[in-house]
Amino acid sequence: MGRRAFVVMNYLFLAAIAAACLFPLVNVLAISFSASSAVGAGEVKLWPIGFNLKSYEFVLGKPEFANAFLISLERVAVGVPVNMLLTILVAYPLSRERKDFRFRNAYAWYFVVTILFSGGLIPWYMTIKSTGIIDSFWALILPGAVPVFNVILLLNFFKTIPEEIEEAALMDGAGRWQALWKIAVPLSAPAIATLTLFCIVTHWNSWFEGLILMNSPDNYPLQSYLQTVIVNRDMSLISAAELARWSEISDRTSKAAQVFVAMVPVLLVYPFLQKYFAEGIVMGSVKG
Amino acid sequence: MRRRTIRELPFHLMILPGFLLVLVYSYFPMAGIMMAFEKLSPTKGMFLSPWVSWKNFEYMLHLPGIAGVLWNTVFIAGMKMAMGIVVPVTFALMLNEARNRLFKRSVQTIIYFPHFLSWVILSGILIDILSPSTGIVNAALGSLGIPSVYFLGDPDWFPFTLVISDVWKEFGYGTIVYLAALAGINPALYEAAAIDGAGRIRQTWNVTLPSLLPMIMLMSILSLGNVLNAGFEQVFNLYSAQVYRTGDIIDTLVYRIGVENANYGVATAVGLFKSVVSFVMVGTSYLLAYRLTNYRIF
Repeated sequence: MGRRAFVVMNYLFLAAIAAACLFPLVNVLAISFSASSAVGAGEVKLWPIGFNLKSYEFVLGKPEFANAFLISLERVAVGVPVNMLLTILVAYPLSRERKDFRFRNAYAWYFVVTILFSGGLIPWYMTIKSTGIIDSFWALILPGAVPVFNVILLLNFFKTIPEEIEEAALMDGAGRWQALWKIAVPLSAPAIATLTLFCIVTHWNSWFEGLILMNSPDNYPLQSYLQTVIVNRDMSLISAAELARWSEISDRTSKAAQVFVAMVPVLLVYPFLQKYFAEGIVMGSVKG
Repeated sequence: MRRRTIRELPFHLMILPGFLLVLVYSYFPMAGIMMAFEKLSPTKGMFLSPWVSWKNFEYMLHLPGIAGVLWNTVFIAGMKMAMGIVVPVTFALMLNEARNRLFKRSVQTIIYFPHFLSWVILSGILIDILSPSTGIVNAALGSLGIPSVYFLGDPDWFPFTLVISDVWKEFGYGTIVYLAALAGINPALYEAAAIDGAGRIRQTWNVTLPSLLPMIMLMSILSLGNVLNAGFEQVFNLYSAQVYRTGDIIDTLVYRIGVENANYGVATAVGLFKSVVSFVMVGTSYLLAYRLTNYRIF
């Protein structure tokens, strides 16, 4: 096979794989905009047939959906700053040399052990229950407040900042707190941005905590709500009025619309993730 | 000495909030594994319930289908680990051959998008497209004259559906790691090989692959820790009672015993078994990675 033939085949193959990855998303997106009759007849492939916005009107007008969406936004708004503040505060001392901080290694192991070993689902649940935050918003924030993996990524990044910069500041009378906020944090802006985006996506996507730590479905964040109505088809969460409207818009189109509305925030941060992501991933796994 | 303590005080203060949260929400549950040896009474709680010693573990060993669950877990996790290396490495090598930057960038953008979607969303999509009666995948197979396949309901298909959909979600993420490693190969090596008369294929064998090997090795070693992680979030959202025979894994079993049947002691015991095995595997993999490739987590 000639070089040229190989190059052409290679491009075609890569394009085909990329298309195959996108195909399921496009198909379901097309379904969400299609007339339910066309969906039922199996006519919809990659382009909507009988274009309409009925299922989106239905989804956005559904109080349970709107409520869950707001809880998820709130969760991101509170959870991400909490995550980042704690990540920075823990990562900074752990990034110092042992001569400056004698307990560095002991603390580092204290956090790393939690990656290596966990108590498992039930003790985790019982602990959260005994701290009295079951069925409250804080159950979605506090148990995962310290993302240890992000701490490790950030501490490795902090280490790459030349020591001289900080030493100079300390000579000029700056304290450790000032050194952290005025030097280490600004110089790590790309790493902090990457981790912030990770945290946004993690909070937005997590559904399991909501599902088992919330007793009342009114407190479910969006992904937990969708888990129950799309994946589990829990009919008890679907009101009678909703069932009546289903005849009009069909189960499939409304589910498809919910999937895409839930995807919007991820689509919004994705371009930024794209930009920082490669650096982020490299900073985590390629250090030798 | 005192001065040193005072100088280090800000560091302790910085760590304190994170320290306490981890103490409560990570270390407290570790102490809670005591429950594996108790018959939990709701009034007495995690630490004071009646002691039953190894009873919960005996019960676990006699659960019907426990061997199957263990096998499913290792089988699904093992296939995912293998695919998690082979697919990204192959794809990165091919993508590296494409010279058009815009094309390369677009392909990357597309293939790692699914990584950022939750299994709830992806399952919603998969359940629709894989439906034997209405899904587009079976419609396409049908037009080729292939009878429809119940990807999510046929126990013989289910594990493979899991592995393929996991590749769909994660291979883009893996590809980037290898692309970064490929970008770091010294171009002089290729020039030298070309001068020696090596063609493209020989260059791939003798320059690219050996340069990539340390990264492949590191990623393989680190993935060893996942030997019992068949992917709870994925399986939980895709499985059903029809596919328990091949699709039930340790984590879903723990969930059903603990959350659905409220049998806390046994669920904790099964979970503890998994935690201990995982701990040994992760610990060994980090140690190996450190010895063989000088990798350090911090």
